Amino acid sequence: MTVNISVSYAECSARDRLARLVDEGSFHEWLPPSERVTSPHLAQLGVPSAFDDGVAVGRATLAGRTVFIAAQEGEFMGGGVGEVHGAKLVGLLRRALRDRPNAVLLLAESGGVRLHEANAGLIAVSEVMRALLDVRAAGIPVVMLIGGANGCFGGMGIVARCADWVVMSDMGRLAMSGPEVIEASHGVDEFDARDRALVWRTTGGKHRWLSGDCDVLVEDDVAAFRAAAIAALDASAPVTLERLEAEHALLVTRLQLLPDAVDGDEAMALWARLGVADAARVPDLDVAAVRALRKS
Amino acid sequence: MSNIPPGLETLDYSFPGQRPAGAFAPVLVGVVGSGNLEVLLEPVSGTRCDIHIETSARGFGAIWEAVARDFHLRHPLAGVRVSVNDMGATPAVVSLRLDQAVSELAP
Amino acid sequence: MDRMNWNTKADNRAARLARVAVALGAQRTGKRVATEAIVPLLEAALEPGDRVCLEGNNQKQADFLARSLLQLDPQRVHGLHMVQSVLALPEHLDIFENGIAGRLDFSFSGPQGARLAKLVSAGQIEIGAIHTYLELFARYFVDLTPKIALVAAQAADAQGNLYTGPNTEDTPAIVEATAFSGGIVIAQVNEWVDGKTTTLPRVDIPADWVDFVVVAPRPNFIEPLFTRDPAQISEIQVLMAMMAIKGIYAEYGVQRLNHGIGFDTAAIELLLPTYAESLGLKGKICRHWALNPHPALIPAIEAGWVESVHSFGSELGMEDYIRARSDVFFTGRDGSLRSNRAFCQAAGHYACDLFIGSTLQIDLDGNSSTATLGRISGFGGAPNMGADARGRRHASPTWLKAGHEARANRSGAAGTPRGQKLVVQMVETFREHMQPAFVERLDAWTLQEQAGMELPPIMIYGEDVTHILTEEGIANLLLCRSDVEREQAIRGVAGYTAVGLGRDHRMVENLRDRGVIRRPQDMGIDPREATRNLLAARSMRDLVRASGGLYSPPERFRNW
Repeated sequence: MTVNISVSYAECSARDRLARLVDEGSFHEWLPPSERVTSPHLAQLGVPSAFDDGVAVGRATLAGRTVFIAAQEGEFMGGGVGEVHGAKLVGLLRRALRDRPNAVLLLAESGGVRLHEANAGLIAVSEVMRALLDVRAAGIPVVMLIGGANGCFGGMGIVARCADWVVMSDMGRLAMSGPEVIEASHGVDEFDARDRALVWRTTGGKHRWLSGDCDVLVEDDVAAFRAAAIAALDASAPVTLERLEAEHALLVTRLQLLPDAVDGDEAMALWARLGVADAARVPDLDVAAVRALRKS
Repeated sequence: MSNIPPGLETLDYSFPGQRPAGAFAPVLVGVVGSGNLEVLLEPVSGTRCDIHIETSARGFGAIWEAVARDFHLRHPLAGVRVSVNDMGATPAVVSLRLDQAVSELAP
Repeated sequence: MDRMNWNTKADNRAARLARVAVALGAQRTGKRVATEAIVPLLEAALEPGDRVCLEGNNQKQADFLARSLLQLDPQRVHGLHMVQSVLALPEHLDIFENGIAGRLDFSFSGPQGARLAKLVSAGQIEIGAIHTYLELFARYFVDLTPKIALVAAQAADAQGNLYTGPNTEDTPAIVEATAFSGGIVIAQVNEWVDGKTTTLPRVDIPADWVDFVVVAPRPNFIEPLFTRDPAQISEIQVLMAMMAIKGIYAEYGVQRLNHGIGFDTAAIELLLPTYAESLGLKGKICRHWALNPHPALIPAIEAGWVESVHSFGSELGMEDYIRARSDVFFTGRDGSLRSNRAFCQAAGHYACDLFIGSTLQIDLDGNSSTATLGRISGFGGAPNMGADARGRRHASPTWLKAGHEARANRSGAAGTPRGQKLVVQMVETFREHMQPAFVERLDAWTLQEQAGMELPPIMIYGEDVTHILTEEGIANLLLCRSDVEREQAIRGVAGYTAVGLGRDHRMVENLRDRGVIRRPQDMGIDPREATRNLLAARSMRDLVRASGGLYSPPERFRNW
C-alpha cells in the first residue's frame, strides 16, 4: 500500500493550507497571533478566543507573483465571522486597493456570521462584501478557494458569489442556509440533514460545478488548489451591467427548468435538465469525469 | 463544581528554567476547537518559564498544574512564555500540543 | 399429569398447527402466510407464558414480527418469556408495557438501555439474567429453549427454505434449538421466490426447520454498526494504535485476533499497511480474524495482510467488496457472505490469541465495565472474546508466551504451565466531558444495588485482562505478582485522573524499570510521530478508493 502522496486540502488546518498553497516560505502575516488581536466579545460569554480570531491574513507570492491571502480556520467557532475576524478581512481587501497585488485569495471555510457576536458579526460580513466588491471593481481578481470540511455557508456563501472566481473541490460545499437550518425550518421530509449524500448533492462542489455556481472543480488536494489559484491570477471579471443581466437570465432559465413537483431526487433531475447524461451516476464519478459533464 | 464562577477560567504557573530558549520567532500550534487547544510560545526576558492558560473547561486546576509541572520537567526552558487557549482538551492532547510547540523551537 | 406420554411436545405442536390451520384458512398456502394474516397467525400459534425468541440481533431485526407481536390481544397472549440477543427496537420493550410479555433474558440493549432500566424499576419487566451472546445461544439448548422463534430472512422459496445471506447472524442457532425441540419457527422475509423463474441463491435454513413464512411489507431493518469514519480518528488514537502494534502485536507475534468495535481499533486496522509495514511486520501478525467486515480493514486486505476473516454478521455497503474477495471472507457458492454469530463467538473464544477493545471504566483490580447509572445495557459478545479460554487449549506461540509471563516463578496450581489469551483493554484516560476512565469504584456496583442484580455487571474481569493500554503507555498485568503491583501498574498508566495522580511514583518507576509499565519512548515511539498521516485511509472516500469502488458506504457516511 502506498503512503499518501497527495495532501488533503480538507484535512489541513487553515495555516497549513495557506503555507502549502503559496510559494514556500513566502507568507508574511499581518496581525499575527503574538499581537493578540482577539475578539472583544467571546470572553464574557465564557468562550475561549483564538489569538488570530480564526483567520490568518497577509501577503505572499504564488508562482512568483504577489498575492494577498486570507485563510479561515473552520474548527474555530465553525469559521464564523466575528467583529475582529471580519475587520481583518476588510483591512486586507482595503489594503489591496492601495497596494494592488495580482489577486486576493480567500481560503474560505465558514458557517457565516459568528452568531455569538450578533450585530457586530452581521456588520462585519456586510463590510467584507462591500470591500470585496470594491476590489473586484478595481480590476484585482478576488478568488475564493472552497474545500474545507465545514463548507462555506451563510453570509460567507454570499461573499463567495460576490467574488470574481470560485474554485471548489468536490468535498467542498457552498450555500446560504445550512442543512440543519433547512431541516429545522421545513421538516425532515423536506430536507434530511443527516443524509450526507443529499447534502452534498445540493450544496457540494459537483453540484455547484454542474449548475454553474463555481468556476473550477478540483480534487481534494492542496496541489490542485494551488494550480487552480495560479490559473486564476488573471481571472478578473469586474461586475458590469452585461454580466449582471447575463446572470439574471441564467437564473431565470434555471428557475424554469424544474417543474414544481419532481419525481425522485431533485438535484439529479436538475442535472438531467441541464443536459448532464446519466445524472444518477454523478455522485459516484470522480472529479475528472464530472468536469467533462458540464456544457459551457 | 457549583462554586466556580461562570466564564473562562484563567490559570497561571511559573517555573524556574534551566535551558535558555534564546531568541526565536513566536510559535503557534493547535486550533481552538472542541476538545482542542492552541499553544503560543514566545521568548521573554529572564529565566523563568511562565505558563498562562485560558480555558472553558472550569474546575480542573489540579490537573492543569500537574500537566504544567510534568511539561516543565520534560522541557525546563528558560525565558519562555507559554500561552494557551483551551476548549476542553484532555490532558493527553494538552501535553501533545505543548511538546509539539517545543519541537518547533529546535533548529 | 400423564407420566406415560413422552410426546407432549409433539402433541402440543400439533395442536398449535391445527389452530393455525383453522384460524388462517385460505390465507395460508403451504408454509406461506398472507402478510395481512400475521396477527391471527401469532394469536393461534402462541400460548400465554410461551418462551419466545424474537430475532433482535446486533444488526438485523425481525421488525415486522416485532410490530405484529405488539398488536396481539393481551387477554389471549400474555406473560410471554422473551429470550433474545438484543433489544434494539422500541417495540421490544412496548410488549412489556402492555402485558404481552413479562420476563426477559437477553444479552445487549444498547439503544434501549435507559428505558429498560425504567421498566425494571417500575416492576414491568422481570429480568432472568443478562448474558453474552454465546452464553445465551448455549442456554437455548439447555434451559432457555424457545417454543416460538420469530426470525428474519432475506428470502424464502415455496418449500420454506430460507436465504439469510450476509446477515445470517444468530438465525441458525435460534432455529436449530427451536425446531428440534418441538417448537414453531416463523420467518419474515423480504422477498418470495417461486422456485421456477427465481430461486434462492443458496439455502441457509432448510425448509424442514421452518413452519411459516410471511413476506414483510418493508425490508427488515439492518443497522450499520461497524462502520467508522476515518476522518474522526484522533492523533491520540493513532498513538495508542502504534503502541498496540509495536508493543503488543509485534512482541507476541499475534496472528489470530478479534477487535472490539471502536475508533481505537479502526486506527490499528488502518495502520497495518503503513506503520506496521514500516516495522516489517507483514506476514508476522494479523493474518486471521474473527471480525465483522469492517470497512477500515479494506486497506490491509488490499495490501495482502489478511488471510481469513470470519464474521458475526455483515456490514451494510460491504456486500460487493466481500463477493470480490472470496479468498478472504466466508462466502457461499452463491458468492455472498455467510455470517454466523455463534460460530464466530466460539472462534473468538478458542481460536484467537488476542482480544483488544475499549471500555468506559476500569478499577484498580483491572475489572472493566460499560455499565452506567440509569441504563441496563448488557454485555453483547465482547466478554466471549475478552476472556481467557481457561480449559485445555491447543498451543500457539502467542498463547504460550503470555502464559509463561503470567506463570513464571509461580508454583502449585497457579504455576502449572499453560498458555493465556491476550486480553487488552485500550482506553484514553479521559473520555468526553473529562470523565475519567479509571476509577476507584465502578458504577457497576451502584447499578447492582439499583437494579437488584446478584453481581455487579462487570464486562471483563481483571483476572483475564493481560494489558491495559492508554496514551500514557502499556501496563503488562501478566508480570504483576501481587495486588499492590497490579494496582500501581494500573495507576501508572492512568494519566492525570485521580487514580493516576494517586500513584506511588517510586513504585511506578520500579515497575517501569522491570518493563511492567512501558511508555511510548520505551517502545521507541515518539508521540509527535503519531499523526493522521500514518492512516492508510483518512476518509470514507479513501476507503472507497482503496476498495477499487467495490465498497459502497450507506448514505449517512458519504460526503462527496
